[in-house]
Amino acid sequence: MSAYAGDVAALARKDLLLELRSRDTLPAMLLFVVSALTIFHFALPSGSSERAETGLLWIAIVFTALLGLTRAFAPEREQSLLDGLVLAPCDRSAIWLGKTIGVLLFLVLAEVVALPAFALFFHPLSWELVAAVALADVGIAAIGTLLAAIAAASRARELLLPLLFLPLAIPVVIGGVGASIASNPGSFLAFLALYDGVFAILSWASFEYVVTE
Amino acid sequence: MLLVGGYALAFYWAPEDADQGFSQKIFYLHVPIALTAYAAFGWGAWKALRLLWTGDRRYDLESYTAVHIGVIFGLLTLVTGSIWAKISWGEWWTWGERQLVLFLILFLFYSSYFMLRYSTEPGPRRERNSAVYALFGVVLIPVSFLAVRIAGTILHPTVFTHEGANLPWQMLVCFLICLGGMLALAGTFYRVELAGKRADASLRELRELLA
Repeated sequence: MSAYAGDVAALARKDLLLELRSRDTLPAMLLFVVSALTIFHFALPSGSSERAETGLLWIAIVFTALLGLTRAFAPEREQSLLDGLVLAPCDRSAIWLGKTIGVLLFLVLAEVVALPAFALFFHPLSWELVAAVALADVGIAAIGTLLAAIAAASRARELLLPLLFLPLAIPVVIGGVGASIASNPGSFLAFLALYDGVFAILSWASFEYVVTE
Repeated sequence: MLLVGGYALAFYWAPEDADQGFSQKIFYLHVPIALTAYAAFGWGAWKALRLLWTGDRRYDLESYTAVHIGVIFGLLTLVTGSIWAKISWGEWWTWGERQLVLFLILFLFYSSYFMLRYSTEPGPRRERNSAVYALFGVVLIPVSFLAVRIAGTILHPTVFTHEGANLPWQMLVCFLICLGGMLALAGTFYRVELAGKRADASLRELRELLA
């Protein structure tokens, strides 16, 4: 088991190191989410409710995640490294877990900027919102990494990923928006946790079939 | 046959609904179609699971065909549900009707399944990727059902409630006959389409052999 954890850590570290050297994903995500929030300010008529603003924040989060996910397997594809990774003497689900941790980290870093920016531009954050974002990130990263691997095998990679991802992200948005504005955020948070658990297990179990040639 | 009989019974025999009147008859069309769509998606996912489990390539076409039938019935569910909504509530689309919202999500999801198939080169990779995606679909059904349900109770006011299971027995019998007929119809479509697709596939193989 510790060998498995070691593989996962090595793979995640490799992704972070690549990003540190090339710096092409995280700055793009940061810029994108701040631009999106600026656009939302002008898209909302003045006097719009806080509920509408919260809803738009969720749109920004989902699309920022999508931006990061389209790049998730880009280094492997450009250098055709995926075959090498698959042949590496480790469990294939470790590739998924390592990649998911990398994606999750980028997403959290983007939100560390985005959430204060949202609080600054719109209205202060509630702890329910932050908790919901944290839970949603896990689900988005888990399922998004698997779908990115599926999309990477197709001809229309960048085009296909949003189509595959958005229908599966609808429950995340429902849970997230509900947790942020409803009077009983607990049940929505529980739903998000359930979503994370179910889809993380499913992605973990099925990743092997997606990458094997 | 079963289907025609079921609808004849539904029209002439089943008592009219007290407050929805004649328009309630679409219930015998809409609900069986929706349940058949679920059955087709479930069947597709089962075949997908078999494909991943055994690696037998013939399950790929079976899963694809089942999902295809499911999408057709899902679209019909949206259309009949929309007509029913228009007649009952005067709106073509209402976000308060949870089953319709769920079907919209599923329809979007399974339409992406086709995008996935069309944009991946044929081969074992495509078969496995499609199978994994079909499996995600069958997990998405209860998850979105739950999501739409909790969202329905809080985000949108619950305006309309279903008539529940306490149908008069004539209605129930008609409904079950219609459901059986619809399932039989879907099964027939499935067989016909599967035969067609298999013929297509073997024809393509032959051509490749000759070329």
